[in-house]
Amino acid sequence: MSEKKETFKNPLSLQIDPKLFEKATDEEKAQQVSMRESVSFMRDAMRRLRRNHIAMISLCVIVLVALIAFIVPTFYPYTYTKQDVSAQNLAPFQFSAKEQAKIDRGQHIFPHIMGTDALGRDYAIRVIYGTRISLLVGIFSALIVIVIGIIYGAISGYFGGKVDMIMMRIVDIIYSLPDVLIVILLSVAIKDWVSTSKSDLIARLGAGMVSIFIVFGLLYWVSMARQVRGQILSIKEQEYVLASKAIGASPSRIIRKHMIPNCVSVIIIVAAMQIPSAIFTESFLSFLGLGVSVPMPSLGSLASDARTGLRSYPYQLIFPALSIFLIVLSFNLLGNGLRDAFDPKLRS
Amino acid sequence: MSLLEVKDLHTSFFTPSGEVKAINGLSFSLDEGKVLGIVGESGSGKSVTAYSILQILANPGRIVSGSIKLHGEELVGKSDEEMRKIRGNKISIIFQDPMTSLNPTFTIGNQLREAILLHTSRNRQQAEERAIEMLKLVGISEPEKRIHQYAYELSGGMRQRVMIAMALACEPDILIADEPTTALDVTIQAQILELMLQLQKEMGMAIIMITHDMGVIASICDEVIVMYAGGVCERGTADAIFYHPMHEYTRGLMRSIPDMNDDGKTRLVPITGTPIDLLHMPPGCPFAPRCDRAMKICLQEKPREYWVGRDHLSACWINVKEGACFTQRPSEEEAAQG
Amino acid sequence: MNGKLLHYFVKRLLMALLTIFLVIAITFFVMHAIPASPFSSEKAKSDAVIAALEAKYGFDKPVPIQFLNYLKNILRGDFGLSTGWVGNTVIELIIGGFSYSARIGFTAGFLAIIFGVILGSVAALQRGKFLDKLIQILTTALVSMPSFVMATLLLLLFALQLGWLPSMGNQPGGLILPVISLSLYPMAYVTRLQRSSMLDVLGQDYIRTARAKGVKNSRVIFKHALKNTLTPVITYAGPMMAYILTGSMVVENIFSVPGLGRLFTNSMLRTDYMMIMGVTIFLATMIILMNFLGDVLYKVVDPRIDLS
Repeated sequence: MSEKKETFKNPLSLQIDPKLFEKATDEEKAQQVSMRESVSFMRDAMRRLRRNHIAMISLCVIVLVALIAFIVPTFYPYTYTKQDVSAQNLAPFQFSAKEQAKIDRGQHIFPHIMGTDALGRDYAIRVIYGTRISLLVGIFSALIVIVIGIIYGAISGYFGGKVDMIMMRIVDIIYSLPDVLIVILLSVAIKDWVSTSKSDLIARLGAGMVSIFIVFGLLYWVSMARQVRGQILSIKEQEYVLASKAIGASPSRIIRKHMIPNCVSVIIIVAAMQIPSAIFTESFLSFLGLGVSVPMPSLGSLASDARTGLRSYPYQLIFPALSIFLIVLSFNLLGNGLRDAFDPKLRS
Repeated sequence: MSLLEVKDLHTSFFTPSGEVKAINGLSFSLDEGKVLGIVGESGSGKSVTAYSILQILANPGRIVSGSIKLHGEELVGKSDEEMRKIRGNKISIIFQDPMTSLNPTFTIGNQLREAILLHTSRNRQQAEERAIEMLKLVGISEPEKRIHQYAYELSGGMRQRVMIAMALACEPDILIADEPTTALDVTIQAQILELMLQLQKEMGMAIIMITHDMGVIASICDEVIVMYAGGVCERGTADAIFYHPMHEYTRGLMRSIPDMNDDGKTRLVPITGTPIDLLHMPPGCPFAPRCDRAMKICLQEKPREYWVGRDHLSACWINVKEGACFTQRPSEEEAAQG
Repeated sequence: MNGKLLHYFVKRLLMALLTIFLVIAITFFVMHAIPASPFSSEKAKSDAVIAALEAKYGFDKPVPIQFLNYLKNILRGDFGLSTGWVGNTVIELIIGGFSYSARIGFTAGFLAIIFGVILGSVAALQRGKFLDKLIQILTTALVSMPSFVMATLLLLLFALQLGWLPSMGNQPGGLILPVISLSLYPMAYVTRLQRSSMLDVLGQDYIRTARAKGVKNSRVIFKHALKNTLTPVITYAGPMMAYILTGSMVVENIFSVPGLGRLFTNSMLRTDYMMIMGVTIFLATMIILMNFLGDVLYKVVDPRIDLS
């Protein structure tokens, strides 16, 4: 570089206000630092969930479907058992000859929104009841899994050592059992038993439902137990827990500040993933004829019944199929959203 | 002409929450056979500088503007295919963590051979011989056996030696070492540094040593760049930086190093505060919020780089205020006065 | 195979055998609890059947002895006589049905893995772009569709409405629709697994090393990344076979394929308890062995994994 060019010592000698070269105060400095507001883990996760449009839409769909499934039957003009031989296999919004005659006489008849089935029962109310069964199975199974899984996992993780080893061996074995086969086997057995049972509730629920709940109680909680136990064990060994112990944090503070937030996220994620798989299992069993007892409809049994008239009445398949697809899709998408929002590892 | 000339480089990561400006106007040059140190704390843009030179930035990172010239040839804007001929051949890199930088599912020999086959006309047999030769060169015993081993069968220090062998197999002009000793034990650190210097003497390549360890810089570098928040604070010869630091951040770094000759009573002075958020860059000097001597102008306007010595540039308003800088490279007399 | 791997192999095999034993025990005792089962002689049965069962299991003997007898017979490959298909042994029927189910099941599993790995890798490489979003939407939809819904919809569309493919399994080309209905869900699952696994691997340091060496992008993916991404898919092989084998129960019914699944549902209709037990144990053994193979293969492919 040439060194002949003019070099002056103060490059900005006159152009800048000398006041600018006064010392900056701490407040002025602090203004420059845009601090990210600190929020609790739960609030942060909820905020991320709310920002996830797909998850929020799915949640709305689930709430809407649940409202329909539980409220509409209270005022709906048809029941799921009422048969009408004159109104068999009607297409959606079609009226039977008898109903048409009444309408011609000026009576108001509520339309069969989804038509009727082979026995002349209103299809819409049957699909609604089937949806209700699916939702109930999903939610109750999640509850069973949460309760048993947390208790088992917490005990195993808390005690550690030999207790933990034995408890986890049991979990390993249960985990490797083919669950659907066992559900089927139990359903077959329970179906036989239900037919001779005098209990009204069990008879109404049906073999499939009873065995599903038994199997969930026996087998399905293992992944929850594993996750909860894993969380508790790893948190126990985390350096930040050691650190907070070292500065004298009480056990209750450690449980509140570290264990619960970390476990809550895996519990939410695992439970959310549990619901669609439970709904799948129930509909699968109902399709095989092992689910709820007739005349109670389930989306699986509706789809199974629709096969006989599939060529002529394809809508009898489409409606329950769409319904189950919509429910499971919504739960899956909500589950994905919850996982993204609550998984601390994904926090950025 | 310098071997490598970087001018006004800007690299950003376009994340969902906004543009993270990882490098804001970085300029430096590297001469053949020299060792250049880049020092700074985590997040200062040291590694991104290395990845920008090789154009191996992870998605969503991108060079926004600037120029990188190797032997006078512009690299920015080259196609991936053209860049591939440079990577591993003209410019090589070794990474911080040798534990994860080698592919776990292929043998050491396989990975070494691949680099050699890509850039030279050697056949498989010759490439294998070269791989063994390189392993021998980096001081690995029984190289004929090692090439059939997997990375997980080697120790950390050995893996870093393998990485060095792989990087140097095609005799590059520049070796970028991205914190090559950070993940290693202290005793191994010294061995690896020694090995690099020895190989540099034998093979004559230039080295860019990226580190946050001032000790490493002091022991091996000819020139030093001090980076903060994606920009240059100060650059120059190692002597200039160490004996006459002309930026408050560098001075802070120096104060935070323990001194062997100390009587043990002076306390180490940490730099208080935390680095700024690269998503929301303030208009002024990025170090100003943590700077004890910050002035009003520091918060408002970013200082330019000015010469503060013959081989020494610094971007600090205090130098301007004190009249200790030049807009052009000063002559020897001027520098002596300043 | 090194010592550690052998040790793991033996341990895992013992675990699998124990699980199979448990399934047999559960099956036996659940069936034993049913009033109408062959093991409880209260209900009227044909004399011949009772005599045959009597001779084999000895109903007068205590339950544990009966169980041991049953177990002994299974080890000899004797699952008893079918009561629903009189004149056949259970094992004959199972082998006959399994020849169909295996063909459908393995084809479906194979297709699911091949297409799943390809689609998942493509989605990962196109991350955030149109193709990735399309693949993600499709796979999310597919994993929300139970196998029987998928099968009936495919039957309705391709066999009944369009008439492109036969609706019955015994017609030529009749296994195409059953295979597709069984493979779509696992394919979607493998796609999602492969996508996240590929994204994970592409972020690894050794991929950066390969790129820094000047390796071509396609070679980075197919040589350096692919092998490392396959481990999650391999572990899914077991659960996938479980899904396919149980799914075949409804799918074989829908398409009238005389496979094991159809046999199983029919034996439930005919309350053929020996068959139900036999098929349950057989299918469970298949699933457990697939899980075992998946786990062992996983360790072989990835030498890093801690075997303790």
